Amino acid sequence: MDGGKKGRFRLIHLLLIVPFVATLWVPFYNRTQPDLAGIPFFYWYQLLWVALTALILFIVYIAEGRE
Amino acid sequence: MTRLDPVALGVFIALFLFVTVLGFFASRWRRGDLTQLSEWGLGGRRFGSLVTWFLLGGDLYTAYTFVAVPALMFGAGALGFFAVPYAAVAYVLMFLAFPRFWSVAKAKGYVTGADFVRGRFGSRSLALAIAITGIVATMPYIALQLVGMEVVLAGLGLHGEWPLIVAFVVLAAYTYASGLRAPAMIAVVKDFLIYATVIAAILIIPHELGGYAKIFSAVASAKLTLPTDAFSNPGQFSYATLALGSAMALFLYPHAATGVLSSSSRHVVKRNAVALPAYSIVLGLIALLGFMALAAGVQAMPRYAEGFKNFGNNYAVPALFLQMFPSWFVGVAFAAIAIGALVPAAIMSIACANLFTRNIYREFFKPDCTPKHESQVAKIVSLVVKGGALIFILEGQAKTAIELQLLGGIWIIQTLPAVMLGLYTRWLHHRALLIGWIVGIGAGTWMAAESSFKASVYVLHIGGIALPCYAALSSLVLNIAVSVVLSLVFNAMSNTRNDTTAAEDYA
Repeated sequence: MDGGKKGRFRLIHLLLIVPFVATLWVPFYNRTQPDLAGIPFFYWYQLLWVALTALILFIVYIAEGRE
Repeated sequence: MTRLDPVALGVFIALFLFVTVLGFFASRWRRGDLTQLSEWGLGGRRFGSLVTWFLLGGDLYTAYTFVAVPALMFGAGALGFFAVPYAAVAYVLMFLAFPRFWSVAKAKGYVTGADFVRGRFGSRSLALAIAITGIVATMPYIALQLVGMEVVLAGLGLHGEWPLIVAFVVLAAYTYASGLRAPAMIAVVKDFLIYATVIAAILIIPHELGGYAKIFSAVASAKLTLPTDAFSNPGQFSYATLALGSAMALFLYPHAATGVLSSSSRHVVKRNAVALPAYSIVLGLIALLGFMALAAGVQAMPRYAEGFKNFGNNYAVPALFLQMFPSWFVGVAFAAIAIGALVPAAIMSIACANLFTRNIYREFFKPDCTPKHESQVAKIVSLVVKGGALIFILEGQAKTAIELQLLGGIWIIQTLPAVMLGLYTRWLHHRALLIGWIVGIGAGTWMAAESSFKASVYVLHIGGIALPCYAALSSLVLNIAVSVVLSLVFNAMSNTRNDTTAAEDYA
């Protein structure tokens, strides 16, 4: 899949599948409850996943740098 | 009729003048030889993490986004929120693929995605197809920035054509003079204004309207979430495919490639994939402004009737700001949107200019042109592109621009096999990729035409199930299938490769 050594696939990259599943599997969050300070679940859940996606990318970035 | 508010207008003009000066001053910033295309058109590939963050943020989150996303929420409800998962997963794709793109572009001196395809697959016709797709998909996007600007100008009480003409002439002048450095510098101002506006909006407006629970209760309950029936249209499947398809298309747009390539290292690209979701949170909050406009009841107020009549739901956010903010802050918020139109318009026109000059002009008309001549042609093309967009909007073709931009997303995603898969493998045959591209564009355009270019979701009938799917995604699947099958055939016939890149170029 990859010729270069630096961009090689590592197990930690599997973590990157999580945001796709979490945000694109709509039936999981297509509801209003529980709400957060009046904001329905549908909205705060997806906003939360923006932050979690950034966090996951950060973890992978750090892990890549260490090798 | 919106009255002219001198305070709001004064603040707006002051901020506009400030960024104009900044735009011209930018040519001296990190001074480079602007007669070189990589200097004028990529800022010398010297932007560090922070500048790239501002530049890409200013580039990808456009004025039109800030107007149209809440407008969609205002009209359609939950469906409009697909921009949020879209703006999350797009960065995973950026993180994975685009450091490789940066590396190979740096190693080989590529300025555009089509440059890469030319080098990777050795095919002039495939590179031409990629370049034309990029230009055609981007031009209506530039026109839409003008729509965004037009809406806030009308909100300020400025009517007629001249304010728009002045704004665009000024923009054209400093883009010509300073190249990518101008929008990079202005993006910093734009982003501060946008963050200030959004923070003020989410602090002040819910308070005024009596809290978030009150705001969401103003939304019809059927629009608060998506229909629970998985196959309804629009519904959950459309939502997910719109988010995924848009995310896959985002970094194929030439202006995104320009932003990525202007950064100073592949690590800058990765760090930005980590940090750019901060804008996506802002985008999500901006989307909610659509619901706040519903709760504030601006549509029923006679004050805003004319705006809604002229601009439809796109007037929801300007009306909300006019209703909720003091005059001076209306000036700040509208300046944020207008300047938010200038930054992407500048980068998009530069990206189109780079594509035309590199992949059409130099490739087919003047292969022996000097770097200086190349840069000069690009500068002139950037003017032509902006002029074209301006004429288009002044001619009252905003609706056509919206339809073309919808098609643009469907078209640009067809470059994914050559550009994004090409970053990982050269197994796909260039002729197969070209035929796949033709099939994808044809199928996607046909699906959009079935709805008279009103909807980007097309209902697929598979084994008795009606599946509403974003046309960009379904046509891309077809494109990839054709590319793979034909590659098997063409590769069996001959196995010669004209790949001028080497594996180590990607690392």
